[in-house]
Amino acid sequence: MTSAAPTTESVRPTSGLGNRARKARKALSNPWASTLAVVIAVIWTVPTVGLLVTSFRPELDIRTSGWWTVFGSALQGEGVFSLQNYETALFGSSTNMIDFFVNSFVVTLPAVFIPITIALLAAYGFAWIDFKGRDVLFIAVFALQIVPIQITLVPLLSAYVSLGINGTFWTIWLSHSIFALPLAIFLLHNFMKEVPRSLVEAARVDGAGHVKIFFTVMMPLLTPAIAAFGIFQFLWVWNDLLVALVMGDLRTFPLTVRIAELAGSRGGDWHVLSAGAFISMVVPVIVFLALQRYFVRGMLAGAVKG
Amino acid sequence: MDWLLHAGDDPVHKLLLMVFAIGLFVALMAVILFVVDRPRNPSRWFVGFGFTGIALLLLLAGLVYPAVRTIWTSFLFRNSGDFVGLDNYVRAFTEPKFLIVLGNTALWVLVAPIVATFLGLVYAYLVDRSRFEKFAKGLVFLPMAISMVGASIIWKFVYEFKPQGVDQTGLLNQFMVWIGGEPQQWLLHRPLNTFLIMVVFVWIQTGFAMTLLSASIKAIPTDIVEAARLDGLSGFGMFWRITIPSIRPALVVVLTTIAMTTLKTFDIVRTMTAGQFDTSIVALEFYDQGFRQNDAGMAAALAVLLFVIVVPVVVYNVRQQRKVEEIR
Repeated sequence: MTSAAPTTESVRPTSGLGNRARKARKALSNPWASTLAVVIAVIWTVPTVGLLVTSFRPELDIRTSGWWTVFGSALQGEGVFSLQNYETALFGSSTNMIDFFVNSFVVTLPAVFIPITIALLAAYGFAWIDFKGRDVLFIAVFALQIVPIQITLVPLLSAYVSLGINGTFWTIWLSHSIFALPLAIFLLHNFMKEVPRSLVEAARVDGAGHVKIFFTVMMPLLTPAIAAFGIFQFLWVWNDLLVALVMGDLRTFPLTVRIAELAGSRGGDWHVLSAGAFISMVVPVIVFLALQRYFVRGMLAGAVKG
Repeated sequence: MDWLLHAGDDPVHKLLLMVFAIGLFVALMAVILFVVDRPRNPSRWFVGFGFTGIALLLLLAGLVYPAVRTIWTSFLFRNSGDFVGLDNYVRAFTEPKFLIVLGNTALWVLVAPIVATFLGLVYAYLVDRSRFEKFAKGLVFLPMAISMVGASIIWKFVYEFKPQGVDQTGLLNQFMVWIGGEPQQWLLHRPLNTFLIMVVFVWIQTGFAMTLLSASIKAIPTDIVEAARLDGLSGFGMFWRITIPSIRPALVVVLTTIAMTTLKTFDIVRTMTAGQFDTSIVALEFYDQGFRQNDAGMAAALAVLLFVIVVPVVVYNVRQQRKVEEIR
């Protein structure tokens, strides 16, 4: 990588934009560097493309030839694509993913909304209400981020059993809400602390209580932070396998559980698996692309959960 | 009451239940805030607890108490309640089966974060300020949106095996055929299978590393870069002597964050091999022991073990995170 030619540099103008362009050309004019970048980009794309193409191929074709052969066949004018796999995966009696799609949706929405609301209130309490024991409690909440959820699962489940709510959506909503809290409170607290004290004081002088300050001063300023954590929690819950598997049953299982199950029991049925995988991916990918800006911001603020 | 608990198979019922749950929650919150907001309430402690109370109660009941109970359970024999001291831990560190699990976990924690961070760093550096930066980053970024189950299926298909002589349908084996080799059952043999499963994890996490490191690279003051350039640094020298030292704290944060994720991830191994062929790791073994073998004691011991391994990583991570924030 040391072979970058210095000769192309010296003659360029040094205005801001020219400078940037020059650096760009420099970086990618190094053949090794650009090759490496392209190789990484290809490895990160081709597997997905392969499965996507596969999901549109007839079952028999999938079994007998590689997905890369379709491009040749398509050029010869053969009809190589169909939507049959998606129909089978969604509505076929042995797969009926549409039911699990509904489950994913039903699981995710409350499991995003509830913890964020609880965390917002708690974060406000920790950031702006000066009550006794506040700092100790906040540090305790912060420290709870360490606890891996695995360590809580078995006792939680037996608690749900003795409450008689095991296997219902309630346990999944509750579990996801609990697990989200430490990180959510910590992040939202950090954002709330950044709100200028003068704004809060001004509202207080106007006679606003904490509830009013929370809704009129904090909430509007926190929209980006809420969006950032919201998208994290959304992806986390929608893509979760562990909690859904442990807490749920056949009537509450989301798509991830169903697809993992299919991968185990019908590992060779790539027509169903490929279509099923993309059915489970389409919603998070859309949300992700639409809110990418907030996602990156949240990630830079430390919103990462293992 | 049953209507509120079990939605059965009816999708409309499920959706109604969801709306009801959210509505119930909003109502609960409204009541709490209403009580807290009564002006005659002078106690700040009362107001403070009104805002933080639900969260604290949930964490106490749903995180602290279960964790303590799990620690206790880890000293018990299976589901019996008989106290056996450290037996479960001794088993975890002596039985060959668990030794393989521990070995695999060590391999995962050591290799996967380093590879993901390295690739993310190199890629971020290479595409930085290039014409295609946004698009190029998007490609590596996108796997973060999909589930680990989905990613595993994508890669399982790449590793798909057909006997020699038949047309291959898996990309990797087709490559083997193209370069004149023999198709292989990639996931059968240790340790290659563990590395190939790790590929899936690295494939997901590289986008995370890239995003954080890219932001750090962009935050390097231009005068440092210009000064180095005047001193004749370029290409690899610039990368090694300027970029890396400047973003060191961020690198450590990324490494430790991915290491934490690595320890807790079980979806990928479960989907790829279900832990067969000696690929299991602690997070998956925990699930197997607890929910398939019904050995609550062993599962608890593994969960505690996971916790013990994670703690130092988290502590180190938090310290470095502070440094990164100071620099910003």
